[in-house]
Amino acid sequence: MAYGCTLRGEHYTFGDLKTLMAKASPARSGDELAGLAASSDAQRIAARYALADLPLRTFLHETLIPYEADDVTRLIMDTHDAQAFSPVASLTVGGFRDWLLSDEATSEALSSIAAGITPEMAAAVSKIMRNQDLMTVSRKIRVVTKFRNTIGLEGCLATRLQPNHPTDDLKGIAASTLDGLLRGMGDAVIGINPATDSVSNGLALLEMLDHARQRYDIPTQTCVLTHVTNTIEIMNRGGAVDLVLQSIAGTQKANEGFGVSLGILKEAHEAALTLNRGTLGNNVMYFETGQGAALSAEANHGVDQQTVEARAYAVARAYNPLLVNTVVGFIGPEYLYDGKQIIRAALEDHFCAKLLGVPMGCDACYTNHAEADQDDMDNLMVLLGAAGITFLIGVPGADDIMLNYQSLSFHDLLSLRKLLNLKPAPEFAGWLERMGLYDARNDKVLDVPPGQTLLGQMVR
Amino acid sequence: MTDDRITSPTSQIPDPWQDLRQLTRARIGLGRTGNGLKTNDVLDFQASHAQARDAVHTPLNIEILTGSLGDEPYYCVQSRAPDRSTYLRRPDLGRRLDPEAAATLPKGDWDVVFVAGDGLSSFATQQSAISLFRAMQAQLADWTVAPLVIATQARVALGDEIAVMLGARMVVMMIGERPGLSVADSMGVYLTYGPYVGCPDSSRNCLSNIHPHGMTVPAAAAKLSWLMREARHLKLTGVGLKDAAPEVVTLETSVPLLEKDNDQ
Repeated sequence: MAYGCTLRGEHYTFGDLKTLMAKASPARSGDELAGLAASSDAQRIAARYALADLPLRTFLHETLIPYEADDVTRLIMDTHDAQAFSPVASLTVGGFRDWLLSDEATSEALSSIAAGITPEMAAAVSKIMRNQDLMTVSRKIRVVTKFRNTIGLEGCLATRLQPNHPTDDLKGIAASTLDGLLRGMGDAVIGINPATDSVSNGLALLEMLDHARQRYDIPTQTCVLTHVTNTIEIMNRGGAVDLVLQSIAGTQKANEGFGVSLGILKEAHEAALTLNRGTLGNNVMYFETGQGAALSAEANHGVDQQTVEARAYAVARAYNPLLVNTVVGFIGPEYLYDGKQIIRAALEDHFCAKLLGVPMGCDACYTNHAEADQDDMDNLMVLLGAAGITFLIGVPGADDIMLNYQSLSFHDLLSLRKLLNLKPAPEFAGWLERMGLYDARNDKVLDVPPGQTLLGQMVR
Repeated sequence: MTDDRITSPTSQIPDPWQDLRQLTRARIGLGRTGNGLKTNDVLDFQASHAQARDAVHTPLNIEILTGSLGDEPYYCVQSRAPDRSTYLRRPDLGRRLDPEAAATLPKGDWDVVFVAGDGLSSFATQQSAISLFRAMQAQLADWTVAPLVIATQARVALGDEIAVMLGARMVVMMIGERPGLSVADSMGVYLTYGPYVGCPDSSRNCLSNIHPHGMTVPAAAAKLSWLMREARHLKLTGVGLKDAAPEVVTLETSVPLLEKDNDQ
């Protein structure tokens, strides 16, 4: 079915729903690369008018990627909760935006509709929302998850400590981990991207992390971000797996490009649940996503990159994850060209995930060939903090020496917590205090030299 | 970077992180002022980022590059990406020859063609491409080696079309890798047997991290010549060749998105 809009005397038509969605998207290089972007600013706004008039329920009978062709579409359709959808069922996309921003859409109301919202609905409404709208609505949504601590509470900002090393040197990783812990980082997860993606290497890294966690009784979880099939094998061999990580995308074909299927994820999820390693809760999955992944795998089915990305959150929420994050600026300038596009994408990803009930964090990051720098990351972290982001990623000095890109430093995250009065996860804050690293009354991570703490012995 | 500058009084205080820094190049144990970074650390980061960005955006100096070739013939071509901004947004254009440039490449019959492409770091190509080409000419005395091709706004796959135009059975693309904060002048080398337009990355072999503090040019030349002889013998490159390589030849293949980078 075609859609149209007359804007200031000019009539614009859009051949189908996915074209309408793509043309309504804020400009970004990935949609231009795919040949899907609006050809003029006026066409973009005309598409937004047409999209705003679209009944939300359209997305329940008109799929962007055919049901028969794609298991993510089937997952979305088969798990849709009509009852949860009913409070907003009569709204248009534009009406939905107005409702989301209204006082009627309380935290409770937003939580109760999550299972009734499809990724396409979330993506559609996000396209007619300004950055402040995305932040305002996200801020109202609480998604709380638990493993050895509580993630996502009001007033908290968790962090992933990312101590990567180009050769997976255990002492080098321990030194970076120590640095992060002394700066109060690591309540979301201490998570390593291994340089070598193998079962034996994963086992060695996990053993080191688990040993440190147990030795100091740290109320957090650890993870080696190896392929899910490796993690399944590591679990079979009795490895210390807290969380199962996998990169996921919004189409079956793109997931196949990552070497995963919904079946493999289910198998891994069930295996991790039986380990029963969580003390407070049993959210055992960790997913990474990012706009552009599907296009780069030539698996976007002509759908714009933000909408395909939102579909990945439907995959994530099917497995009750502890953590999900968009690796927003990692993919490079052919998908998100500059700081403006990276910031917009991060706010969209966070909003869409939260609206679907997914515990969304972000790796606020960029590569050296993107038009972005640390000032853009400063802006982004504050915007995400204000929007209630679940967690952010920190690396020593913002410089990941293994993956060769820049994220946030531990210092940046301390500054952000101070700026917005955000605290670590409560169990982790209590641990930092017991270790003499945190002044809870003044909400300050103390500057303690490694030699003057028990943790200092970690790297021996 | 700060060696030749007057040291500030604070740097005289013993640094408790000094021993730990031996364990990793990561920027660990950076001092705090309030919650923020110290001035020197902020500037050091900005200096590294500036160097990386300059590596991406500085055009390859073809005059200097060809100056060292003496009387040897060479060809200069460019991709369909007319400028750096387009190049960065449109990797597809960087993989195809500008039609006018393609017409300047005469069809011949060569065992191999070497291409010096700017890629994402002209610094790397400027520094290492000619010396690697020279080293390989010495190693390949019994091969017919086409004149060097210098390619700008180039991605790895641009070499495939160059080889087809020249009639070369193998292509070696020497190309600047995406710069990191610590290394901005790293060159990668991609070897492809029987290249054609649309050739998949899985049919290439790659040597990366070629720079003065990584893999040296002589070490790269030794590995590359082993690869090229095996490729000629087996009539293939890619996964099949990687599996046949002895331990001493460390090889890499392309890694998936979100696991590493995909700048080819």
